[in-house]
Amino acid sequence: MLMRLISGDRPRSRILTLVLLAIFLGLLFAPFLFPGVRALETAARISIFILLAASYDLLLGYTGVVSFAHTMFFGMGAYGVGLASQHMGRGFGPLILGSLAAAVLAAALAFIIALFSLRVRAIFFAMITLAVASAVAVLVSQLSSITGGEDGFTFQIPRALGPANRMGEVMGVNITGKILNYYVVFFISLALFFVLLRIVNSPFGTVLKAIRENDFRAEAIGYRVVRYRTIATCISAAMAALAGSLFALWLRYVGPETTLSFEIMLDLLLMVVIGGMGTIWGAAIGATVMVLAQTYLQDLMGSAADATMAIPMLSRLLDPDRWLLWLGVLFILSVYFFPSGIVGRLRGGR
Amino acid sequence: MSDAILRIENVHTDIAQYHILHGVDLQVPRGAVTMLLGRNGVGKTTTLRTIIGHWPAREGRIVFDGDDITALKTSERARAGIGYVPEDMGIFSDLTVEENMVLAAASGPLDTGRRDRIFEAFPPLRTFWRSPAGTLSGGQKQMLSIARAMAEERRLFLIDEPTKGLAPAIVSTMAGALRDLKRQGASILLVEQNFAVAKALGDFAAVMDDGRIVWAGEMEQLATDAGLQERLMGLSMEAG
Repeated sequence: MLMRLISGDRPRSRILTLVLLAIFLGLLFAPFLFPGVRALETAARISIFILLAASYDLLLGYTGVVSFAHTMFFGMGAYGVGLASQHMGRGFGPLILGSLAAAVLAAALAFIIALFSLRVRAIFFAMITLAVASAVAVLVSQLSSITGGEDGFTFQIPRALGPANRMGEVMGVNITGKILNYYVVFFISLALFFVLLRIVNSPFGTVLKAIRENDFRAEAIGYRVVRYRTIATCISAAMAALAGSLFALWLRYVGPETTLSFEIMLDLLLMVVIGGMGTIWGAAIGATVMVLAQTYLQDLMGSAADATMAIPMLSRLLDPDRWLLWLGVLFILSVYFFPSGIVGRLRGGR
Repeated sequence: MSDAILRIENVHTDIAQYHILHGVDLQVPRGAVTMLLGRNGVGKTTTLRTIIGHWPAREGRIVFDGDDITALKTSERARAGIGYVPEDMGIFSDLTVEENMVLAAASGPLDTGRRDRIFEAFPPLRTFWRSPAGTLSGGQKQMLSIARAMAEERRLFLIDEPTKGLAPAIVSTMAGALRDLKRQGASILLVEQNFAVAKALGDFAAVMDDGRIVWAGEMEQLATDAGLQERLMGLSMEAG
């Protein structure tokens, strides 16, 4: 049963299995293990970004296609849910309709971009996605009457998922709609993650890996490389849109800063590289490490700065305001010591 | 050579700004092994790559089994029945041996009877069936490379220097496998630098020089005429 769920893609390392199990159990029992709004917020973010990073890895790690438009598709999903809920009213119907419509639109847009740019060299695809993503971000800012511009907009979600919905107490924790919302986000992310695992371990995924290694050889066997790359791009875009829908559902807000910004794109790249490209498990680890670092590194550095007050220079270096610098250092070190990512390292590679 | 499975007519190929093939004319007979010979850098690999479509022919025609395939994409040529084995052991090293073989059977599942025949020809592939192809030795990689082309019915095999850089024991395994392929009636266009192998396997030969075919005929004629070998390639077949 478990092997079928993970499509036979064993972690192939005891430590990796334990780490993945810890992430899974930590997220599954997050509301009970880590009380507080901030912890739940972090757990929801990790769930969503695992899905988003895994969908990006399908493109970057499995197909060898570099795209800078992944957050655009993520944003499409978020705006899809936001706009549907805003115009059709509070309810599950608008959430489902908005999510599905955005996923279909994202796949269609990815198809058009791929059609025009995947026939040429990969670098053109990267440049075109960068241009389209920038154009969409500007468009969203300009169309303020529809999108709320730079400020974005809030919207209402079903009452059942709101914090005011109180459903009793379990193990000393008040079960509210917010926790229910968390589990909606968690289980849908998990289900879509398994779908991605299924895809990369299917014959289709094997062809993608072959194309990544040498597209001419794959073509010489009889595979239409452009068609496979296009399908992978569309699946990846649709999955990113669904992740965006979950993010909007969780935040009850959409705005360019939280869904379309280039910073998120860079974070995604880091998640995939740190975790290990070409392994969906790597996306899970990379996303977890990055979100935890973004959330708690400042706190950790604050404590370290206090503890090293006696050495003013070190204390200043560890000032929480310098957290981005240390995140950069951590990234450089991880790439240097784990060129094949954390998963590659744990599996016994370099 | 009236029953040719492949006809190349006045093919010119450029790679970037370099004009490599200067009007190649070649016929590959059905059910026979044709050796493509010549010194290094005369255009043998480019000829194979032009046939499979990696480099487009600027001029001329490539006719495969009666159909003009000059304008077809590489994948379409492969699906038409041309199996290509590149000189650089063109395997997918990230994939397992099994995945390489399953992938090679592009038009359907890998036939078990065919798989067993491949195991018979190349026993190490059975041993390392579940291992990543990247961990195989050079000889085993070359076996996999040829086995991949045999994974499904092909009407023509293009094989580029299958024995290049291999140990003598492996060369004899490779030659044995190619002989089996020949016995099954396969049509093969084979680039080979090892003249002993060329002589043992070839039914016909074509010699290239400076991007052109300068001689074509029966292998036996070339193998027994030391003067012809000397004139065409500056080499003696006996030396191999």
